[in-house]
Amino acid sequence: MPSRDEILENIREILVEALGVDDDEVTPEATLQADLGAESIDFLDISFRLEKTFGIKIPRGELFPENLAAADSGFVDDGVITESGLAELRSKMPHADIDKLAADPKVENIADLFTVEMLVNFIEKKVA
Amino acid sequence: MRWIWIDRFVEFESGVRAVALKNVSLAEEHLHDHFPGYPTMPGSLMLEGMAQTGGILLGQKHDFEQIVVLAKVPKVSYERLIGPGETIRYEATVADDRPEGGTTAVTATVDGETVAEAEIMFAYLDKSDPAYGGVDQKNFVFESALMGAFEAGRGGSVAL
Repeated sequence: MPSRDEILENIREILVEALGVDDDEVTPEATLQADLGAESIDFLDISFRLEKTFGIKIPRGELFPENLAAADSGFVDDGVITESGLAELRSKMPHADIDKLAADPKVENIADLFTVEMLVNFIEKKVA
Repeated sequence: MRWIWIDRFVEFESGVRAVALKNVSLAEEHLHDHFPGYPTMPGSLMLEGMAQTGGILLGQKHDFEQIVVLAKVPKVSYERLIGPGETIRYEATVADDRPEGGTTAVTATVDGETVAEAEIMFAYLDKSDPAYGGVDQKNFVFESALMGAFEAGRGGSVAL
């Protein structure tokens, strides 16, 4: 089983290729969208590369859940994620730092859940 | 002009690989501007030909039930310039395929020599999704005359 450092190193290579960023930009706390410039289609590219590199299958929505903040989900009230929304996120995304989001649960902060560290957490559980 | 950058399929292995040919001709208007006195097949249009080959390969795999949209080109490289009178052979293979989209690896050769290579990613959109209801199908590969190139490989001749 690869160590966290080895996983991070592989993910760094993946993000350098998929997003065209420099390897020193890929720090654990870097967010995929705001810091590394990922767009929605890049998530698909990243999923492909993770599957290939680590020899795993990632079912749709498991790593990057879709429609988290849909208007009719009941998980958002006046631009803020509700308690039930946060609970949903905790169950759907155990690999993400929901505590940090809960401290400032604005909808627009959901994108910041997608960090390099989140990918490392996800892969670590997946290959365990 | 029609947005068809392959002339015919010569090999097609469903869900695995497809080979299409593109004959570059001085009858193509753009070669006279690109470049004056030095007609060169634009790399962007070679990429389009590679994407059309790979897009039909993926579309056919799923019985053309989804809208297949070129989403990203993670990698493309060109080895040399191509001019009129040359026949480019685009060979696409399916590299990845998931419910949300797929990737094809395409190699372009002329007389066995590699002239370009690309990795091309496509997203699949659901035709019945109201969000895409307004999409003009004519702009998409499978509803356009491009499918003539697909049929050409089957029957030998086709009216586009």
